Amino acid sequence: MRGRSLYLKLLSAVIVFGAWETAGRIPVSYAFPTFFESMSALATLFLDGTIFTAYAETLKPLVVGVAISAVLGIGLGLWIGLSEKFDWLFSPIFVVMQSAPLAALIPLLVMAYGIGLTSKVFVVCIMAMPVIVLNTSGAVRNTPSVLKEMGRAFLGTDRDLILKIVIPAASPIIFAGLRLGISAGFIGAILAELKITPTGVGDIITYSRSIADYPRMYAAIFSIIVLAVLFLNLLEKVEQVLFKGNQRGYASD
Amino acid sequence: MPQTRDAAALHQAHDVDYAVTAHKVSKNYGDVEALKDLSLEFPRGQLTTLLGPSGCGKTTLLKIIAGLLAPNSGEIQVDRKTVTGPGPDRAFVFQDFALLPWASVIRNVAFGLELRGVAKSEREGIAEKYIQDVGLGGFENSFPHELSGGMRQRVGLARALAVDARVLLMDEPFSAVDEQTRRKFQEDLLSLVQHENKTFIFVTHSIEEAVYVSDQIAILLPRPSRVSEIIRPSGFRNRGSENIRRDPEYLDIVDRIWSSLRSYVE
Repeated sequence: MRGRSLYLKLLSAVIVFGAWETAGRIPVSYAFPTFFESMSALATLFLDGTIFTAYAETLKPLVVGVAISAVLGIGLGLWIGLSEKFDWLFSPIFVVMQSAPLAALIPLLVMAYGIGLTSKVFVVCIMAMPVIVLNTSGAVRNTPSVLKEMGRAFLGTDRDLILKIVIPAASPIIFAGLRLGISAGFIGAILAELKITPTGVGDIITYSRSIADYPRMYAAIFSIIVLAVLFLNLLEKVEQVLFKGNQRGYASD
Repeated sequence: MPQTRDAAALHQAHDVDYAVTAHKVSKNYGDVEALKDLSLEFPRGQLTTLLGPSGCGKTTLLKIIAGLLAPNSGEIQVDRKTVTGPGPDRAFVFQDFALLPWASVIRNVAFGLELRGVAKSEREGIAEKYIQDVGLGGFENSFPHELSGGMRQRVGLARALAVDARVLLMDEPFSAVDEQTRRKFQEDLLSLVQHENKTFIFVTHSIEEAVYVSDQIAILLPRPSRVSEIIRPSGFRNRGSENIRRDPEYLDIVDRIWSSLRSYVE
């Protein structure tokens, strides 16, 4: 089974990259390089160390923003899910945040917080937090009531109920929110570097485009996608270790 | 009928010891009267069944006894102490098992003890014993989704037994398992009542099941719920579980309950 799924993954990679290569060779656009051109540009970026200095810059707002969004987002989500009052107070903010046209709001952020790290962290948070909060609160509210009842019948305190029933029960959806939030955070980090000040990977993208070095530009974009995918896979592994029984569904189904 | 006696008469005759009493319990959900002035006594060490058509408030009464719901008026006493919430003297077996899907069998069985702050090695020792008792030895580290419905309910039963409460509340515990498993469960329940010195309160909608397992059957009629009749099957209790279903008294009582309930079934 495992070998087969690896085989399918490889096959899908070959198809996608093959399509990319073909499209680059036709070419569909002068500004669209082939897969191999992009990969050799990526290798150059690695060899001369550019990519490492770039990521040292890009990861700062990304890591800070994602960490804040995860901790604060899950915390707020739990609170909103557990308390009706907080639901009324906070849910609308995150619904608005989720649907706001972020690019249009960036000038406001820059006016308020300057062009430094703070603004970029904000952009990452605005991208990442809403989905984490909304998923967490929704999952908490949907905890099977019979499990909570069971906890109370066996003399669980409110704290027991939250730690031993509500959070484990909600964890698959919390983790799904975390995954979506983090991938949105990656988008946010790059968006911030494109729209606020070109630094890090955003700088490679902007600069390469301005000098028409398209393979290098696509190499940078490709690298951020690969990083995001690797990170999300890691998160999935963490979840599987933490909540072993959960991925197999509910016993009362 | 000679084989059924009125609970009040019995009370005067033998001065029975009651583990649980419900006194004039009323419960409303909004405008709907679920229970009205319901009074009922549950003799210690025996199994009392709450039987009635759906919507008659039998599960509501059970949850009020468990302390999971608060009555609007009236009170429940367990060992002469008024119930204000869930307590260590009562354990609950749920209709749909209510097992933690992310926890192994042994953790599920030990969960009641875990919530009471019993140390891990001690509670797992106790859980181990009850897992053996309910016949799930070897499944300690399985997860609920790997078990059949009947096995899951055995886990639920072991969890309730593990906290060693004097009163066991069972909310249609066998309704989600298949017919053959259900018969086995009923036989096991009879020996459980005989060997454990506990008071059982059992909710079911199956007339046959009620007559088969009960020392006392309270028939509840709906809207608003009240106790219409108390039946105490007594003649066939000591004749072996395999003979009950063809005992004339068993058949008579089943028939009689059906004739009093049939007009309430839509």
